[in-house]
Amino acid sequence: MQFMLLFSRQGKLRLQKWYVPLSDKEKKKITRELVQTVLARKPKMCSFLEWRDMKIVYKRYASLYFCCAIENQDNELITLEIIHRYVELLDKYFGSVCELDIIFNFEKAYFILDEFLLGGEAQETSKKNVLKAIEQADLLQEPRHEYFAVPVY
Amino acid sequence: MPAVSKGDGMRGLAVFISDIRNCKSKEAEIKRINKELANIRSKFKGDKALDGYSKKKYVCKLLFIFLLGHDIDFGHMEAVNLLSSNKYTEKQIGYLFISVLVNSNSELIRLINNAIKNDLSSRNPTFMCLALHCIANVGSREMAEAFASEIPRILVAGDTMDSVKQSAALCLLRLYKTSPDLVMMGEWTSRVVHLLNDQHMGVVTAAISLITCLSQKNPDEFKTCVSLAVSRLSRIVSSASTDLQDYTYYFVPAPWLSCKLLRLLQCYPPPEDGAVKGRLVECLETILNKAQEPPKSKKVQHSNAKNAILFEAISLIIHYDSEPNLLVRACNQLGQFLQHRETNLRYLALESMCTLASSEFSHEAVKTHIETVINALKTERDVSVRQRAADLLYAMCDRSNAKQIVAEMLSYLETADYSIREEMVLKVAILAEKYAVDYSWYVDTILNLIRIAGDYVSEEVWYRVIQIVINRDDVQGYAAKTVFEALQAPACHENMVKVGGYILGEFGNLIAGDPRSSPLVQFNLLHSKFHLCSVPTRALLLSAYIKFINLFPETKATIQEVLRCDSQIRNSDVELQQRAVEYLKLSSIASTDVLATVLEEMPPFPERESSILAKLKKKKGPGAVSVTELEDNKREGGELNGEGDRGPDPAAMASSNASTPSPSADLLGIRSAAPVGAAPTSVGSLLVDVFSEAGPAAPSAAVNDDGFLRDLEQPTETSDSLLVEGSGDSDSASPSEDPAPPLSEADELLNKFVCKNNGVLFENQLLQIGIKSEYRQNLGRMYLFYGNKTSVQFASFTTTVSCPGELQSQLNASDQTSGTTGRGWSPDPTGTQHRVLTDFSDAPLLNIKFRYGGALQNLTLKLPVTINKFFQPTEMTSHDFFQRWKQLSQPQQEAQKIFKANHSMDTEVLKAKLLGLGTALLDDVDPNSENYVCAGVIQTKGQQVGCLLRLEPNGQAQMYRLTLRCSKDSVSRRLCELLAEQF
Repeated sequence: MQFMLLFSRQGKLRLQKWYVPLSDKEKKKITRELVQTVLARKPKMCSFLEWRDMKIVYKRYASLYFCCAIENQDNELITLEIIHRYVELLDKYFGSVCELDIIFNFEKAYFILDEFLLGGEAQETSKKNVLKAIEQADLLQEPRHEYFAVPVY
Repeated sequence: MPAVSKGDGMRGLAVFISDIRNCKSKEAEIKRINKELANIRSKFKGDKALDGYSKKKYVCKLLFIFLLGHDIDFGHMEAVNLLSSNKYTEKQIGYLFISVLVNSNSELIRLINNAIKNDLSSRNPTFMCLALHCIANVGSREMAEAFASEIPRILVAGDTMDSVKQSAALCLLRLYKTSPDLVMMGEWTSRVVHLLNDQHMGVVTAAISLITCLSQKNPDEFKTCVSLAVSRLSRIVSSASTDLQDYTYYFVPAPWLSCKLLRLLQCYPPPEDGAVKGRLVECLETILNKAQEPPKSKKVQHSNAKNAILFEAISLIIHYDSEPNLLVRACNQLGQFLQHRETNLRYLALESMCTLASSEFSHEAVKTHIETVINALKTERDVSVRQRAADLLYAMCDRSNAKQIVAEMLSYLETADYSIREEMVLKVAILAEKYAVDYSWYVDTILNLIRIAGDYVSEEVWYRVIQIVINRDDVQGYAAKTVFEALQAPACHENMVKVGGYILGEFGNLIAGDPRSSPLVQFNLLHSKFHLCSVPTRALLLSAYIKFINLFPETKATIQEVLRCDSQIRNSDVELQQRAVEYLKLSSIASTDVLATVLEEMPPFPERESSILAKLKKKKGPGAVSVTELEDNKREGGELNGEGDRGPDPAAMASSNASTPSPSADLLGIRSAAPVGAAPTSVGSLLVDVFSEAGPAAPSAAVNDDGFLRDLEQPTETSDSLLVEGSGDSDSASPSEDPAPPLSEADELLNKFVCKNNGVLFENQLLQIGIKSEYRQNLGRMYLFYGNKTSVQFASFTTTVSCPGELQSQLNASDQTSGTTGRGWSPDPTGTQHRVLTDFSDAPLLNIKFRYGGALQNLTLKLPVTINKFFQPTEMTSHDFFQRWKQLSQPQQEAQKIFKANHSMDTEVLKAKLLGLGTALLDDVDPNSENYVCAGVIQTKGQQVGCLLRLEPNGQAQMYRLTLRCSKDSVSRRLCELLAEQF
């Protein structure tokens, strides 16, 4: 996989993960063009399209589009299920996830993604194992009272 | 679920994020962000040391701002500080910041790498994973330098936790992708392969991606993975849906792992081991069977996961291309999907069938779905699906269905999405050409193409139709009639005017008998379009007019009047003005003989790869069409106008009917970069000179020819022939570039000359090289003829003959170079002399360098100087032959090869080849009259090598056995190698 983008129906980017080295300028250009292309597609259309020299696999969940760019020899359907598994992981972690969870806890969304996909390849496909890793990390979080004394700004 | 911190971990962050969300305008957002940036900057710069929590919070805010799309130019140092925090969340945010905002600040990289190193050696698996994730996310060269040797160690160490192994495998993969040179293969590689056997499915899932990537680059080192992958796959495929617990996804056992395993197997040919292969075929059959079973769940996830495996299995079946049964089953399965209600499946089935169409085993099976595919092209609502359908129609097209497919594609073109029209046009043009049995159909198709989608018809397409019409005289009359009719339309596309102008200018006479298309009617029709056209088209039309004057003298007055009017002869465009002036002058001065010669019908075009095909390949990227092309070429022997003799002088083609080469008249497609400005001026003066010198008193045809068609006959500029002794002496004017490595086809070209001494050694779009050679004893002389096929001179043309490596001591090659920068055939061919010192197996290299249109051309060929050229035939009796045969009985003196016939096995052909070889063909020697026996002596400076040859054809099996016995073993081997390619 070359990259994964999450964006809203309004075209706001919510998460971006790049597995190939690109300059910030290129990333912005790709994001802008791709978001436009995908948003322009109608609901019943197929989830795959050829775009530049990549294959794009995307799926809409509620107000969010999940969009992956894969190489030519990669498998479209299994990528579609990668997206779904990621959604399941977010859902299980946040408890029926919504776009707001991803906005306010964007760092968590990145951490979960890293446990699931690394370098653009599936690292661990078991839902249990991924969540276990995240839970363990959460257990390492400092008790909350440590922060209460600290001013907000 | 765990107490999710939902932002209350960092309340300040949550507040900031909701502030941003509440901003009513972009300006308000920017204002809020700038305020926050100022705040963070002051905190970071402040005297009071920040605690870890604050640092984490501010770094996280910066990250958020960056992800919103704003630039961040500070905070890196604070993020790096977080890396060494012993609090997990602080470390985690630090790593996230670094992963997203890498900065190649050398000082920072060193600090980052240090922190990573500490975490990697911490033995705390959570920290190790964080560090590995960071390396995998950044994947920079600096990180590869620092960790490429460390990570394999972690990956294969016995005490590494599973989760760390998983991260390490994919981390290494990322480093290998960015810096393959830094990841050293070592003893760890074999242990990595064995991770395929790991108990933990997650470890296998991660490791297999690494193994697949490494196998692609180093297939031999990893080939043991094939049998491991097959047995793993077989265990998964045969497991019940609950066996794999959490690795079962919607009742499908380990779909990701299965796909990756099938993908890995695609890096290799089918397993050689029968048992492994049998097991794999069984797996593939099971996967195909499962597709027919009723679904275990109605959820789309179930069918997607199942079909993902199925499609990957089909890819493998297509990759092997050796199991007809599986290929046909795959095709049937895809056929079912073609009508599936899921758009995604229809899309993928069309895509996958495209590759199946190129397999000889499944081509026919694919063709049975033609109606469904045509229907898809017409009715699919999604353009990307229609595009796939069009691709598949193109792939399944052959002679039997070409007319139907081309007709459907043409009618689709009328409503096709703009984004795919150009490609569709190219495809229609290619199919129409490739499968044209009836050329009037071809002409109709292309003209329809121009009518329907003229804007998308590129130059290549209309050049091609003209090339073909010119080369096929049986279609010229029809073409003239059809364009004439097409031009009747009140609004017709400019490309139609171009084709019409060209074809009527050449072949208008073929329809001039009909009063409805009399010369004047034709001219008026063309000229009615003139004012609506662009400059290049007008230029082409002017050339057509002068051709009309030649074809139909009765139009002369009318046309001269047109040329004479101010809008032509004083046109502000220099090209048009020049043509008008020249043509007017030419038509009034030249005699009809001269006119007829100058404006002669175009000679046929030399055959070459269709420029349209080249364009499609370029458009689709390499490999996209090559598969089907290859197959098609195999299936369809005869290409359009691939037969018959080509024109005598290829250079003539470049100078079209116009005296001034302009891009618009360039049909060859090879001179598109020709300088438009430069050429006309020189030609202009040349023309005027000729006319003023010769005067109006009807110059002789020869003189006129010379001047006017300067492209053809201009004498070679430099023919300073200098004899250079010794090889490797390059011209001082030669471009400094090193000689190119020999062309990939150099050996093939060389093989053509083993049994003959004269012919065309090489030909490309620019240059043709002919060879004449003669040999006596240990001496050889070779003449090289360089033909310039273009209309421009080559600058700094140099040739160098050299003997690479040990050949230097085996063969003396000296060249007598003569500059041949001119056009056409060089009058003084370059000669090279060879003196063979001892036996040799390599061939001397000929390097040619010259400039064409500014670009340096550098090509290296092998000169066909092969050891057999120095044969002296030896006649001997049957008795003598066998006596010597027995004398040469040491095993190394004999070389034998059994091989399949590549060429005709006809007796006369074989005899001619064996004589061409240079040996004596001995009759009545072999007891079996079918066999051929030859004898000869190779003359070298130092010694003579006796050679005996026996060739035993087996007509039934289309095989040969070739045996050589020579007094020197290296000669036996080399001759055997050379000759095995000849029969």
